[in-house]
Amino acid sequence: MSRQYLIRRLLLVIPAMLGISVLLYTVLALAPGDPFSELAANPAVPPEVAQALRTKFGLDDPVWIRYWRWLIAMLHGEWGFSFQSRMDVDRLIMQRLPTTLIVIGAAQLLAILVALPVGVLAGTRPYSIFDQIANTLAFVGFSLPTFFTGLLLILVFSIQLDWLPFVYRADIDATGWRFYWEHIKQSIMPVMVLGLFQGASLVRYVRSSVLDVVRLDYVTTARAKGIGERKVISRHVVRNALIPVVTLVALQMPIVFGGAIVTEQIFRVPGIGSLLISAMLANDTPVIMAVTFVFSCLVVLCNLIADVLYAWLDPRIAFR
Amino acid sequence: MNDRELRRLISRVRIGRLSRRGFIRRMAAVGMTAPMATQLLAYGGVAMAETNPPYKPTKRGGGGLLKVLWWQGATLLNPHFAVGTKDQDGSRFFYEPLAGWDADGNLVPVLATSIPGREDGTLAPDGKSVTWRLKEGVTWHDGKPFTADDVVFNWQYASDPATAATTNAVYKDVKVEKVDDHTVKVLFDKPTPFWALAFVGAQGMIIPKHLFADYVGDKSRDAPTNLKPVGTGPYKFKDFKPGDMVSGEINANYHMDNRPYFDAFEMKGGGDAVSAARAVLQTGEFDFGWNMQVEDEILLRLEKGGKCKVSISPGGNVEHIQLNTTDPWTEVDGERSSLKTKHPTLSDPTVRQALALLVDKSSVEKFIYGRTGNATANYVNNPERFRSKNTKYEFNIDKANDILEKAGWKKGTDGIRAKDGKKLKYVFQTSINQPRQKTQAIVKQACQKAGIDIEIKAVTASVFFSSDVANPDTYPHFYADLQMYTVTMTQPDPELFMKSFLSDEAASRENKWQGRNITRWRNKEYDDIHRAAQVELDPIKRATMFIKLNDMVVNDQVVIPVVARPAVQAMNTKLVAAMSGWDNNTWDIQNWYKEG
Repeated sequence: MSRQYLIRRLLLVIPAMLGISVLLYTVLALAPGDPFSELAANPAVPPEVAQALRTKFGLDDPVWIRYWRWLIAMLHGEWGFSFQSRMDVDRLIMQRLPTTLIVIGAAQLLAILVALPVGVLAGTRPYSIFDQIANTLAFVGFSLPTFFTGLLLILVFSIQLDWLPFVYRADIDATGWRFYWEHIKQSIMPVMVLGLFQGASLVRYVRSSVLDVVRLDYVTTARAKGIGERKVISRHVVRNALIPVVTLVALQMPIVFGGAIVTEQIFRVPGIGSLLISAMLANDTPVIMAVTFVFSCLVVLCNLIADVLYAWLDPRIAFR
Repeated sequence: MNDRELRRLISRVRIGRLSRRGFIRRMAAVGMTAPMATQLLAYGGVAMAETNPPYKPTKRGGGGLLKVLWWQGATLLNPHFAVGTKDQDGSRFFYEPLAGWDADGNLVPVLATSIPGREDGTLAPDGKSVTWRLKEGVTWHDGKPFTADDVVFNWQYASDPATAATTNAVYKDVKVEKVDDHTVKVLFDKPTPFWALAFVGAQGMIIPKHLFADYVGDKSRDAPTNLKPVGTGPYKFKDFKPGDMVSGEINANYHMDNRPYFDAFEMKGGGDAVSAARAVLQTGEFDFGWNMQVEDEILLRLEKGGKCKVSISPGGNVEHIQLNTTDPWTEVDGERSSLKTKHPTLSDPTVRQALALLVDKSSVEKFIYGRTGNATANYVNNPERFRSKNTKYEFNIDKANDILEKAGWKKGTDGIRAKDGKKLKYVFQTSINQPRQKTQAIVKQACQKAGIDIEIKAVTASVFFSSDVANPDTYPHFYADLQMYTVTMTQPDPELFMKSFLSDEAASRENKWQGRNITRWRNKEYDDIHRAAQVELDPIKRATMFIKLNDMVVNDQVVIPVVARPAVQAMNTKLVAAMSGWDNNTWDIQNWYKEG
């Protein structure tokens, strides 16, 4: 993999991000709603104050001027200013990004940990009982949307059994083991919901990918050389079968983020997903803009990582 | 009720022939709010009742962690920027006003030593000034003393329009003077019967001068203390994540003995009302849940667990139907519902009377709102026990048919009444919200039986309640014949509340639909009385004027009140927390404790 390739990939990111930002800004500007609607509906606030705020934040200017101003500020590293909280957007996001990354990361890890062994086992023994069961569960898993499984888990584990809390708290007032235990306890449900949803579709991909590779001649050759089955699978089959799966994991990132927005809202996880929802409800344009932008950055970044991993897994792929 | 009668009542209270409660109830019967009534008494020389709710804990702290849940989390912690109750409630843990309002509309001192009154001369006889005595020995969380300078500073801060404080309206028309280190005087340029607005209640919280002095006006948003409050309140700031969590720990130097009870608190935000109700009522994960906008049926089911109870506190909010007085279907100079037009059919008083008869308020209460909405005939509503017994509402389809028939509205072949070629066909709009759609259906059904055709329209709440000038579907545009929503009564004085029927407040394109008069009802007599009331020297005469205004609006069916909507909170059965419809949810936070 050449450095030139990396640089080209990175440069391609710039027009992509610009395009995304223009699109987001126009859509947001066209959407109905007003960040100061709550003020306007409150009889105790004189209209002049609402008007002063509108002027202060430049809301009465035409869209393209506002976009231009936003872009220039963004290039200076200023993310904007939240109308709702009257604080800088980057601080708001930095407060919440770690939680989202931890939850999504843990979910993705769980998905891979479940999907890899199950998918490989199912793929090497197609149409066995294990394969049938794995398939059925996988279908159930990715047919159920995250908002449904989330509520279902809450109903069973929080309300019926009363084992797990269903309100996530970022500040836990404890130290040592209890701190970790509390965190794990409250993360179980959101991570399960996201991870199993993701894992279910991954199982299917891993399985079919393994099925494709298992039939290839070089696997038969490896077996004929007398290499043990375990080694054949781990060295020869899995590594090659993983190539399409890696891209899929990366390409599915937007779905995970989408799921995370819903899941965060259900479990009150203070991540950027729930920030996005509350900002949308309040028509807090700078925050919506920044959060969607962060999401698109993460997606673009994941794709980049996928490309790089691809090259590492399969050196035959030439980068021109 | 005229002013002679009022004076007689007040003197009866003074000599003890009539109880305070009885007086307030009588005032409520003519549409006056409880705080307004108690203020009248104060002017009449009757001292405010000092209501001290029993507080049992005998030492400070030891109560552990208080966990409260607001399904819309606080997004900022400067009380002068507070956009909604969520922000005011969050700020109230750290900041305090001079006094707060209890559920009966009495003032309870917080940072003041006592409530101003006529007896000790702190309330000027001409109604042009109020003197507040401040508690001595109160310190800010950083150890600096709290003095009159801080109070005066808050007035300067909020009254500067460049600060863009949401409390601006409270402070812009008053002047505040320092008398000595612990006395301030609030001066009004005209006699003000309702004097307890500045430094009182939800909009009266006081921020420290020494931390905000450099951030007045344009620079207000840069103040670091905006996000790290330093107040005089029972809890000290620990952490704040906008929209998610506010947390604080006990203030060991708090100025009231044995308070607060809890060692720390966490105010969690986010999610939705139903799951918040579950977290408090069913699993008991939280001690207190804010604003349970959940159908009563669900609340009742969740309450069965016995861990928690639902607390209902009456306030001034009322769900009501507005009748458009202008024509929403004719465009004049680029705007519909223009003041230059007149509604072709709703301008007929008999049609309005018939519509009022066709709103089945009892069914709306019984089948939709339950305990969370009480059928009402009044636009100005009070605690339930104070509600008028004289005013009546009626649901009577036959009577509606009858008066329409007599006025010459005859049924056509399609079953819809018409006169002079004008049909009784209306568009009835509201925001998307399940109870509202159900109410719409109930009204539509009854109207059908009376030969009035109703077309139902529902608009997303974020659009309906926005002030977007370009969007025709917002409630201030009122491009429909009828519309329904809840007006919130944030101030316990009717002057501002009743501005929503003034001619010059009529919403129009000219004022970007920011006028408060949405129905566009214009009546010279009403304007004159309101204007006279604003400068009326005699507070009792002024009160009778507002009563008259209230009667005019209700009797002319400018609006049809549907249900009064009390504040509904969920709390742990052990938690003792006084609620008030006239102040923040956390107005009495220093006195919250858990029993047993």
